Amino acid sequence: MSLPADAVAALESFQSVGSWEQRARMLMQWGERLPALADEDKVEANLVQGCESLVWLVGRLQDGHWQFAASSDARMIGGLVALLLARVNGLSAAQLQAIDLPDWFTQLGLSRQLSPSRSNGLNAVLQRMRELSRTQN
Amino acid sequence: MPLASRAFGCGSLIRVLNPMLVPSPWRADFPAIATLQRQDQTYLDNAATTQKPQALLDAISHYYANGAANVHRAQHLPGAHATQAFEDSRSKVAQWLNAGDSGQIIFTHGATSALNLLAYGLEHLFNAGDEIVISALEHHANLLPWQQLAKRRALTLVVLPLGDDGVIDLQAAAELIGPRTRVLAVSQLSNVLGAWQPLGALLAMAKAHGALTVVDGAQGIVHGRHDVQVLGCDFYVFSSHKLYGPDGVGVLYGRNEALHHLRHWQFGGEMVQQADYHSASFRPAPLGFEAGTPPIASVIGLGASLDYLSSLDQPAVFAHEAALHDYLLHGLTARKGVRVLGSPQVALASFVVEGVHNADLAHLLTEQGIAVRAGHHCAMPLLKAMHLTGAIRVSLALYNDSDDLERFFEALDQALDMLR
Repeated sequence: MSLPADAVAALESFQSVGSWEQRARMLMQWGERLPALADEDKVEANLVQGCESLVWLVGRLQDGHWQFAASSDARMIGGLVALLLARVNGLSAAQLQAIDLPDWFTQLGLSRQLSPSRSNGLNAVLQRMRELSRTQN
Repeated sequence: MPLASRAFGCGSLIRVLNPMLVPSPWRADFPAIATLQRQDQTYLDNAATTQKPQALLDAISHYYANGAANVHRAQHLPGAHATQAFEDSRSKVAQWLNAGDSGQIIFTHGATSALNLLAYGLEHLFNAGDEIVISALEHHANLLPWQQLAKRRALTLVVLPLGDDGVIDLQAAAELIGPRTRVLAVSQLSNVLGAWQPLGALLAMAKAHGALTVVDGAQGIVHGRHDVQVLGCDFYVFSSHKLYGPDGVGVLYGRNEALHHLRHWQFGGEMVQQADYHSASFRPAPLGFEAGTPPIASVIGLGASLDYLSSLDQPAVFAHEAALHDYLLHGLTARKGVRVLGSPQVALASFVVEGVHNADLAHLLTEQGIAVRAGHHCAMPLLKAMHLTGAIRVSLALYNDSDDLERFFEALDQALDMLR
């Protein structure tokens, strides 16, 4: 399975990171590039439960391909979500089912963000994405 | 140069000369601190749980290496030894609280389970419309058991408001504590605001109306010596692991007169006196409230931690904690945009930074090896009432020193530089 172009870019930049400051700054930059979520999507029903910050996630299957959009009031989780969308947007339903998302973050050098004690919400976002992909399958 | 300073590179030279330097003479008694330091971790989440003294590790190791046995049931020698050590710990806890003959020490599985024991064991005293009084700053452990009891019995849960300083408003309390009040359950020291609560006045109000009084001492027990006979509360609750003891143990002190009201809650094991297939009778406190095998090693470990704490120069410990707390508050208030919640008096400070999300700040502090707590601190309603989604909490222990705080401040400055 070939990687989406955004994912290739993410891998290249995060795998060459030397310091935690660089990594954090890049996360913030990725978060800033996240397209704004429409106000009508920023509703309780799209809020991901289990985050220290507010994270909204919506996803739609269009012509057999997933398009997710998200927003957060915090910058780091915004960056993590942007990296997630870079990997999954455009995938088919079957591809999304098959993908190992924790492994994606491991490749980016961000596996610690998924440790069970983390309450930043990335785990909750992944869970929500799995639920969305099941209900529209 | 002191060891503790040498470990932290060039900046420490300046700090050694700094008259504000606050070293901890007890740091080396806690082996985990050195280990954490080797992992570049600065532990400032002590209100959540504390590191353990070597004396505790030795006691638990000694117990398991010399023969574990169940307590209060076996006639054999290992059973007698274990029971003796277990009961010695009970006496040490009683001494720590100066309980004397006034009441009993019951071991539970934590402060939360002690408060649940009270909320179930006292349930029979309540009639629909009766009132339970708590405060706005309660930890979930001293909120949810009472909230759920109120739901079960159609009671009213009355919440005492706070002043701006994070202290329960006594004027409001005088109006809210009344003839329908059956129980007053309040925290001694807030785990978010770090403010001592006016227990003397509150307990007097409750007693004037014949209400039972419950004090959640989970934080308070760590930062002061408290005499339950002077306090005059009916029940006092704390957890071992916050007081440099093992986890899995909570303590419930009950005054003799109040314990008569407490019904048995959990059943099984040696809490029984006589058992038939269809009926049973149960032991009085304390054993009647210690169903099943208790956390024997942990109870023995708590005794060792109390022995260790008793061996320290208590005024020196409290002076050290006060100096560190000053250091923390000065550093926080000196930073632009930092807002400290309430007026913390001891042990901890929670804060937010204008224009910065606490989750982002927590992320960057974690990246720099600073172990502090971010979020709602198990006091969601309090944070909501302050219109905050969360806050960062720095909480201190006797082994912390000013180098720990300097590392925290450096990391905070670095994080804020990046975020603003």
